Amino acid sequence: MSTQTAIMQPPITAFAGRPESELILFENVSKFYGDVLGVNRVSLQIAPGVTSLVGPNGAGKTTLMNLMTGLIWPTRGRIRVLGSSPSDPEKFFRMVGYCTQFDSFARGVTGYEFIYDTLRLHGMSAADARRRTIDTLERVNMTEASRRKVAGYSKGMRQRIRLGQALAHHPRVLVLDEPLNGLDPMARAECMALFQSLGREGLHVILSSHILHEVDRISDQVVFIQSGYVVAEGNVHGVRDEVTDQPVQILVRSPEPNRLASKLFTQDHVTEAKITDDRRGVLVRTRDSNRFYDLLNRMVVEEGLEVEAVTPADDDVNSVYQYLIGSEGASI
Amino acid sequence: MNAIRRAQLATVVRLELKKNFFRLCGLWVYLLAFAPAFIILMHGIFDRADSHDDDTQVLAVIFQMYYLRVGIFIGCLGIFTRLFRGDVMERSLHYYFLAPIRREVLVLGKWLAGATAASFVFGLGVMTSFLILYLHQRDGMAFLTSAQGVKHFWAYLGVTVLATLGYGSLFLLTGMLFRNPIIPAVVIGSWEAANHILPNLLKKFSVIFYLEPLCPVEMPAERGLIGLFMLPADPLPPWLAVTGLLAFCALVLAYTAYKIREVEISYGTD
Repeated sequence: MSTQTAIMQPPITAFAGRPESELILFENVSKFYGDVLGVNRVSLQIAPGVTSLVGPNGAGKTTLMNLMTGLIWPTRGRIRVLGSSPSDPEKFFRMVGYCTQFDSFARGVTGYEFIYDTLRLHGMSAADARRRTIDTLERVNMTEASRRKVAGYSKGMRQRIRLGQALAHHPRVLVLDEPLNGLDPMARAECMALFQSLGREGLHVILSSHILHEVDRISDQVVFIQSGYVVAEGNVHGVRDEVTDQPVQILVRSPEPNRLASKLFTQDHVTEAKITDDRRGVLVRTRDSNRFYDLLNRMVVEEGLEVEAVTPADDDVNSVYQYLIGSEGASI
Repeated sequence: MNAIRRAQLATVVRLELKKNFFRLCGLWVYLLAFAPAFIILMHGIFDRADSHDDDTQVLAVIFQMYYLRVGIFIGCLGIFTRLFRGDVMERSLHYYFLAPIRREVLVLGKWLAGATAASFVFGLGVMTSFLILYLHQRDGMAFLTSAQGVKHFWAYLGVTVLATLGYGSLFLLTGMLFRNPIIPAVVIGSWEAANHILPNLLKKFSVIFYLEPLCPVEMPAERGLIGLFMLPADPLPPWLAVTGLLAFCALVLAYTAYKIREVEISYGTD
């Protein structure tokens, strides 16, 4: 029944009580490129943890990230990152690291130099920069290749060295545009573990990714974007609850599926109850999950129904994405 | 400027020098700078002169007509325009924009790097031309070691540095503002070329106006049709010329620093 607790978690818009210095705030932000819409009327509050931006190509994910880091300026609205603004870069970029989709390597630069020079731009002494560079290279597993020129790196190695550059100065906010692109499965798993641990340490980790099942695994909150609009945001379970026009799917594992299914058929909020192929569970579609859970609790307590597990079957990022954004999901 | 900003400035200069100037594709700038020296050398080998008097005039013409109006102008166009435009074309400007460095410091760092490179290359070119021109004469060494020779040497070198600073400031700005640097370069080049026929007030808004009074030898007066249109400028004392040019550079750099705050980077798609 632990999943029911998760369903009841509040969406992230409930972070209003936190001070501005702990949040990333978008207040009615719009960005137009001439007549072309980038993003429109975006209002967000992002708390510490891993937040994923999800949407089809051209939805506005990179625009949001570029706005957050001052590479572009909003046409309207206000953005604050931990109480600071990119218009004060000396303060702002000590707190923020941004790993863009694009290489920013000078010709002939080695992986070591790339990170070292970044730290020198932060004003660090040569000795501190050297020490921090070595630590960072170890963290992104690039120590061996660090003396080679970046031009000879594979796509995955470039991705890792860029990630290292964004991390090297120990930012409090880490913005990552498609950070898993080009990585092999092992490196992906390592990076996801790293993002999760950074999120748990209290960093704001904002990332966009096309790989929804991986986003689902590591995200504390998700922002769904389509055509420049934020269509939903928050804990994915909370967002799923808000999608009321789609019945909730719940998988109940039980050795008595027939008994459970026959009871469910009498309920008006249940639109479907399907016994699984292994005949040890029922896949339920209900328009009111609270009433379903009440009923299930009663059957367990009063009628002695044996239940092995209850799992929401469609409150993952992929399902919510399909409900909210639909067939365009095929493009991501 | 505090210690961190000074360190950042030094890093930008170092990175820019490494990125842009120690590269084979910058060879054409050396050709521009050393072409006169090569011609003078050929002239010295095959046509040995007895007196340096004529060559002093020849050098004045080479310096003012070639170096100031063509060589340094085009060299600075290439060097300084690339500082921002090159980064935009290579999609790497965000490397600096995502660092905790004020954009004004970035402008100053890039300008200093460009000025260092251009002054070094063209200073070396002018010095080489100067030395070759006099050394191949019988009495050349005597002139070089005389007070007047030393004065000419430092004057040419100083004007070269000032020219790179002046043109460099302009082309740093145009490189940031315009996608195609050729059009503003043609406009600036035409303006500089037309300096002699401009009214006194407008003359002051050009680089060449401040450089000419600092040259140690005046060019022979223009004759013919062009000479008819020339408006002699009010004589400008050297201190005022130097101060005026530095003030001009400061003004252009201040405007560049102001404009760079508005620069956005958006070379991606969502």
